[in-house]
Amino acid sequence: MYEKPILKVRHLHKQFGKGCTQCQEGHSESLQKNYCPKCGTVYACRDVSFDLFPGEILGIVGESGSGKSTMMQCLYFDEAVTSGEAYVNDSDLMGKNMFELSAQQKRSIRNHKYGMVYQNPVHGLKMDFSSIGNIAEKLIAAGKRYVNEMEATSKNLLDSVHIPLFRMKEEPQNFSGGMQQRVQIAKALSNNPPILFLDEVTTGLDLSVQANVLDLIKKIQRELGISMVVVSHDLAVIRMLADRTVVMLNGSIIEEGLTDQILEDPQRAYTQQLVYSLI
Amino acid sequence: MPILEVNNFGKRFTIHHLNKTMHAVEQIHFSLKPGEFIGIIGKSGSGKSTILKSIYRTYLPDQGSILYDSKRFGTIDLSKATERQMLFLRKYEIGYVSQFLNVMPRTTSRQLVEHSLLEMGESEDRARMEAENALIHFELDPKLWDTYPNTFSGGEKLRLNIAMATVKQPRLLLLDEPTASLDQQSKKKVREVIEKLKRNGTTLVGIFHDIEFMEGLCDKVYDMKTKHFIYEKEDECIV
Ligand SMILES: Nc1ncnc2c1ncn2[C@@H]1O[C@H](COP(=O)(O)OP(=O)(O)O)[C@@H](O)[C@H]1O
Ligand SMILES: Nc1ncnc2c1ncn2[C@@H]1O[C@H](COP(=O)(O)OP(=O)(O)O)[C@@H](O)[C@H]1O
Ligand SMILES: [Mg+2]
Ligand SMILES: [Mg+2]
Ligand SMILES: [Zn+2]
Repeated sequence: MYEKPILKVRHLHKQFGKGCTQCQEGHSESLQKNYCPKCGTVYACRDVSFDLFPGEILGIVGESGSGKSTMMQCLYFDEAVTSGEAYVNDSDLMGKNMFELSAQQKRSIRNHKYGMVYQNPVHGLKMDFSSIGNIAEKLIAAGKRYVNEMEATSKNLLDSVHIPLFRMKEEPQNFSGGMQQRVQIAKALSNNPPILFLDEVTTGLDLSVQANVLDLIKKIQRELGISMVVVSHDLAVIRMLADRTVVMLNGSIIEEGLTDQILEDPQRAYTQQLVYSLI
Repeated sequence: MPILEVNNFGKRFTIHHLNKTMHAVEQIHFSLKPGEFIGIIGKSGSGKSTILKSIYRTYLPDQGSILYDSKRFGTIDLSKATERQMLFLRKYEIGYVSQFLNVMPRTTSRQLVEHSLLEMGESEDRARMEAENALIHFELDPKLWDTYPNTFSGGEKLRLNIAMATVKQPRLLLLDEPTASLDQQSKKKVREVIEKLKRNGTTLVGIFHDIEFMEGLCDKVYDMKTKHFIYEKEDECIV
């Protein structure tokens, strides 16, 4: 291989429920999609493995319920995995499975290595804090101490996501959905993370606002070279952003390839269906 | 030593909901030396585009091998290269141009050409300069430089497409019927462009529907029907 992945995910497995003799850790044919009708266990992520390379946007597409958000939440340590490994290419953490680190170490990774943008801004922002305060909070977590510096950084960030200066002290709850999402992106970027997770960040926004947010993401990638995992149920969003695409179904990766190849020469029946519905 | 060698290439498509698999092409062999221009002819549906798209990996190659002599990786089978290797090659070594413009929306012509350069690591100043040079060179009206290309004419789109691909100075350029929807005047311009690229040492694989256009331009012409070269320029092929 000619380059090292910045993030390596191996055999990520996440189930909700204990499982039973009938569903046999999700290997059984008796599951309904990802769900065991006997014991009610949901196999949300099954043996998910992928690499994220420096500076790329990796797209993850799949219908609602396919396990995309669960996967992101596991990677961001919002949820504990059932089993699996994840490695980040960092001298201090080399060879260490991040899922097995202490809570403090995980927090440190979140503060220094990761940024996350949730579908619902409520999860990424304190809606009743000022926008600038939201960003300052993350800067403090990342170890920044000087108020003037933090204020300057926050202003820069909000400016770069096109939040007008005179509204920076306002609370996100006063903002439109598109603006909230842009504040969330600014916040996620504030610690200069090498890795950014974006979960359905344009879902539910008006088309023109969606376009605006997508353009912003593309610009960030181009200018800052951040590696991103972009999750969406919408292949059109993935088409706009991602160089490589992974297709998920019922918690498993069923296909991956160059994005244009996934679109023009999809291999699996499910992917073909997904692509045909786009045209 | 060939720069591209296609051996026993074949490609099938399976359409699951029709429960159907069909052979788009089979048993394709050809090779090119650096700096050569090979034209591919054949009737519609004979698999010409499939070959080009498989080289570029927009289609997943199926049978045979596609050996490319890469500057970065040495000899590499494009049918087995990793996605990341392909992305690298697309960025630095292999270009693809068709009559269709497939670009980021809401991006001006100028930005598109600049991005081609910036993604290769050129500085902003250089990118700006070289992009302008390319736009001038391919005679895109300066009025169009800072507009979105979705409203461009066929000829304008094509010239932008070629500008985006050629500013990278690719080692291998794939042309899929770029002249399909062009008038005579625009075709002439494309021909000049191709001649220029050839002089600069770019290796080309091109599909053109009119044989006239290829005359004197191609070193070899591969015919999909006979699966042989039906024409090889004399001074090139005697060895
Ligand atoms: N906390 C939870 N408890 C039980 N099931 C859950 C929980 N969170 C998610 N799931 C289930 O996991 C599966 C994957 O959900 P999710 O990751 O949200 O999918 P996606 O983001 O692809 O729409 C779904 O079947 C969902 O109902
Ligand atoms: N993405 C695709 N999916 C399914 N079939 C395809 C696809 N692309 C091409 N084909 C089929 O492969 C055959 C060759 O097509 P193509 O390579 O486009 O021919 P040409 O470029 O010579 O006109 C045709 O029968 C076409 O329908
Ligand atoms: Mg989700
Ligand atoms: Mg064709
Ligand atoms: Zn069960």
